[in-house]
Order: sequence, then structure tokens, then C-alpha cells
Amino acid sequence: MDFQPNELGYWGEFGGRFVPETLMSPIEELTSAYFAVRDDAEFQAEFLNLLQDFSGRPTPLFHAKRLSEKLGGAQIYLKREDLGHTGSHKINNAIGQVLLARKMGKKRIIAETGAGQHGVATATVCALFGLKCVVYMGTEDMRRQSLNVFRMQLLGAEVRGVDAGAKTLKDAINEALRDWVTNVDSTYYLLGSALGPHPYPLMVRDFQTVIGKEARQQILEKTGGLPDCLVACVGGGSNSIGLFHPFLQDENVRMIGVEAGGKGNNLGEHAARFNKAGGGKIGVLQGTKSYLLQDEHGQIALTHSISAGLDYASVGPEHAFLQSIGRVEYASANDAEALAAFQTLSLTEGIIPALETSHGIAHAVKIASQMSPSKIMIVNLSGRGDKDVNQVQEMIDGTPSS
Amino acid sequence: MANRIDEKFNQLKFDRRGGFIPFIVAGDPNLETTKDLILLLAETGASVIELGVPFSDPVADGVTIQASAERALRNPINVKDILEVVAKVRQAGCETPIILFSYYNPILQFGLRKFAAEAENIGIDGILITDLVPEEAKEFRRLLTERDLALIMLAAPTSSDERLQKICEKASGFVYAVSRAGVTGARIDSSSDAETLVKRLRKFTDLPIAVGFGISSAQQIKEVWQYAEAAVIGSAIVAEIARSNNSLEIVENVRHFVKELLVQ
Repeated sequence: MDFQPNELGYWGEFGGRFVPETLMSPIEELTSAYFAVRDDAEFQAEFLNLLQDFSGRPTPLFHAKRLSEKLGGAQIYLKREDLGHTGSHKINNAIGQVLLARKMGKKRIIAETGAGQHGVATATVCALFGLKCVVYMGTEDMRRQSLNVFRMQLLGAEVRGVDAGAKTLKDAINEALRDWVTNVDSTYYLLGSALGPHPYPLMVRDFQTVIGKEARQQILEKTGGLPDCLVACVGGGSNSIGLFHPFLQDENVRMIGVEAGGKGNNLGEHAARFNKAGGGKIGVLQGTKSYLLQDEHGQIALTHSISAGLDYASVGPEHAFLQSIGRVEYASANDAEALAAFQTLSLTEGIIPALETSHGIAHAVKIASQMSPSKIMIVNLSGRGDKDVNQVQEMIDGTPSS
Repeated sequence: MANRIDEKFNQLKFDRRGGFIPFIVAGDPNLETTKDLILLLAETGASVIELGVPFSDPVADGVTIQASAERALRNPINVKDILEVVAKVRQAGCETPIILFSYYNPILQFGLRKFAAEAENIGIDGILITDLVPEEAKEFRRLLTERDLALIMLAAPTSSDERLQKICEKASGFVYAVSRAGVTGARIDSSSDAETLVKRLRKFTDLPIAVGFGISSAQQIKEVWQYAEAAVIGSAIVAEIARSNNSLEIVENVRHFVKELLVQ
């Protein structure tokens, strides 16, 4: 199995292109432009060069010894995406797609953002190349992540608040799609996760696989073998697919994606799309067929998570496929577990993780202790937690911090 | 095979008249009013009525229809309820063609095969799915065709000739030409993109062509009739619903607005 989608963008029954006709020509244009650079040595060299000199790759693979000892189980290694420029893995995809947009002659970039990390990464690369940048963000997320709003503005981006629905990531994507459909000629839509119509899930995954390629080489160098287990949080699914993909052929490597369990198991209380009892079911949203949180009539449900970046009703179609064939397991960590993991990692390793990442840590903590100390686990430390410090202070102290 | 849509367009051609296709969102503000509005629109000269299925995430819609869908979804409403409203207007003797205008997910969850069967029984004439392009429409098209239901396809000014051909091959009933790149909504400027698109479509189809998106005045309708078989008016009618305070007012305001639109 080569884990590549077919020409219509399907992995098994998941993926495809479900968009208004107006977007089909731009999407076809994007697809040909992307496939033209996908194996182009010059483009890939330019991409790698920026990852290295602008973003600071390769990111380290760090042995979290104190945490591993404390848990008394598997040796936990952290892939330090938090150390990349702008503080999360989102920069990898932003660099790749901005280079592509430049090739296509697009001068205006639009993006959606949940936690703000993709918005910041996009605004950063647009500033680097002098491109106009508009970022759509739900007003609830703007409240939760006000620091990132200001960062984007400092970088010259215009942040447009979206007041529809739950005022979070899904609503921001709707508004970005409306902008794109209105400004198709001038505008490049820089989607931030492995979601949306083909070719986005493939393209975003490709740009993020640098994480897994580096991690694979680093763990071989450090331990002489492959890891036993990979763990990463899954919102749309870009950091996790980026880590997992280069290991998919390694049959003995177990992989676990961690969704947001929120505050309860009922529809509306979580963002665990693979939780069938909690309302997760196959459907079509925002261009792709995948697992969705929806009611029995096909209306998309509200979701909840303490982390804005995981608070989304759908999941990337490649994840839906990997789940369906049993190659990747999906678990969830709830708000309280993520918050505890946020504090645990800060105290034991001196690393403050993003709240999104904390979900991955929480599950790693849960299962590492049941594994033998000879086992190796890699956790994707997808982003740093500076942006979340105010929110966490509010939750711990029970008082508003500002 | 000729369903109500084909018959209606044949009649319009015979009468040398342009078609008027109003759009409303089912359930805005409630299904009882929707029933009254369908009967009113049929009586005031609608050639085909487009009944929107409200969806939580209407990416192809501008603010007016987004707000309409939100109002509709404040009450529990689903595809079955909407089919029942159509059943009621058919029982009341209304023979105007009615098509549903939906996003894919509510129909997918209802069941494609079940939808085709029930829609035919009830007297729906066709369906348009905003986010279902020809490449993804194969199975649904087959199920609809078995039941003599039209699958109305959208064509856009951005569509290549290759795509227009693909769209026309899959389309039945009529082709819906999107007047400009963008979301639904009333705009004042009339667009020459629409006329160009209709001319391009004629190369690939003999089906009637309706033009929609951004049409809100009698003047614009007349312009569209110069080069296309019908004009779709959505947001401008929905705005009349939005500004009314109760169901009686809605029906009166829409009646008045449509009469003004169709004044010769």
C-alpha cells in the first residue's frame, strides 16, 4: 500500500472535492501547479532551504528523561516542533504553500485560523515575501488567543473576525471559502490543515512530512532502531499526519492520534470525530468526505475543546482512511487531562506545550506507564504554549488574567 | 419522459415568455409560512420554485441566506419535514415545479436512494446540490434519473469549456448559470459575465438556462430574459422575509415584492 490518494483525491471512500462549481477551476489549477512542483528538485530545494534558514530546521528530537522516569515506562522522545519559527509545526505548510502561491503568481493570500498558530505562520511567511495577507478567525478564538491576533497584526496581516456559528475554526473556514469564491482570480487560499478539497489534504501532508522524515532519521541515530509508538494530537490532523506518514510502511510502529475529548461524551461537548457514540459519523463538510460530528439530520454539531486548534467538527480524510483500515488508532484526552499534562510537562521537562499538544502528552502519559522502559515512544510536540498561558492561568486560578 | 420542469419550459417557450424562479429557505421562519409562501409564489407567476434546505454551514451563501438558514434551524427541521410541506402544497392542488436547493450532507444523511424515492412520490421535480460537482454526482444522478427527477447542475463563469461540457452532460431539467464568481446575494451592478457564460453553455446543451446570484430587480430580470430562459431571485425575496414581523406580513411583503418584480 502506498497511502496515496487516487486522482479524485480519495483515500478509500474518504476525501474528494465537494465545493461550489465556481471553485473547481481554481482547484484544478492549484492541483496541476502542485503536482508540477511536487517532484521538482529546484522547488523542493528552495522549500528545504527556507525550512532550514528561516524556520530553524531540523527541529531536535529530545529525550524527555525526567518524564519517562517519573512514569516508569516507555522512553518518551519529543519531536520539538515548538522550537521552529513561530512556535509550531504550522510554519512548514505555510512556507510550502506560499512558495507555491508565488509560482502561481498570486499576490493575495487568505487563511483561516483556530488557535492562531496557522494564522501567525501564514502572516509570517507573507511578510517575508511582501504578500497581502487576510486571516479569518472566529471571534471566540480571537478572545481565547488574543496574543496571536496581535502577532498577526504586527506581521502586517488583516485579521477578520467571524461571528457565525460557534465563532471557531469551522466558521473561519466557511468565511475563507466565501472570500475565495468571490476573489478566485487574485487570491490563494492557504488552508492550514490536512483538510478541505483535494489537493489540500495531500499537499498539506506532504509539506508536513518533514516532521516524520527527520524524526525517523533522528531516532535511528539516537537509539539504533525504530520507535515502538508514535503519539500526536489530531485537530484537522496536519501535525499527526506529518509525523505518522513516513512510518506508515513500518508495520511494527504503532500510531495513536489523540482527539479532543472536551468536557463530556455528548454531541456538542467534545471534538472527538471518531467517537461514534458521541455523534461521529461519515459525512461531507467543507470540501471533503470524512468523519464529522453531526446530528442525525446532517446538521454539523457544535464542538467543544479547551484548545482552539482541536475544536473542529471534521478530521482530515487520510486520518479517516487510516482509522478505517486500522493502521492508526484514535483516542481522546479530555480538557482536564490536557490541562494536567500541560502542567506536568512544564514541571518535569521545562517545556510549556500548547494546549493542543497537551492532548497528545496526556495520552502519552496514560499509556507510557503501561509500557516497558525498553520501549520507545515519540510524541509530536507540535507547538509551544506561550499563547495559552493567560487562558491556563484563568482556568487554574479561576480568575480572569486581564 | 417529461416532468413538470420540462413541461413548464416548453410552455414558456411557446408563450415566448421568460421564466421566473423564486428561492426561499424552507422553515424560515416556520414550515407553515413556507407552505403559504409556496402557494403564493405559484399563484403570482413562479415558473419553478426553489426550496432551500437550511444547512448549518452554507459556504456558498452570502449573509442574507445564511441568516435565513439560521432562522429556519432555530426550530427542529429536517429533510423529511420539508418533503412533507411539498406534499401538502401538492394536496392543495399546486402543480408548479418545485426543486430543492441543498448542500450535500443533509441529503447524504437522509439517504440518497430514499431521497429519490420519497421525492418522486411526493411530487418534487428535481434537486440542485450546491457542493456536488459532476465528478462527485455519478451515483446520485443515476438514482434520480431512475425516478425521472432532474439533477440541476451549476455552471460558473470560472468553469472551463471542458467543465461546462461535463456539467451539461450530467444536467437535466435546466442548467443554473451562476452570474458571477461569489456567494449568493443581491448586488446592484449587473454582470456581463452571465451573458458570456450562457453563450458558452449553448455550445454544449439544448437545455433551458436559468441565471442566478445577485439578481434583485425587475430591470435585471428583463435583462436576463434577453439571453436566458429564466432568472432566479433568492436573496432579495429572503430579505423581504427577514424584514417582516410575522407570517401575515411576510406573505404580504413577498406578494407585493414579487408583483413589483414582474410588472411589465
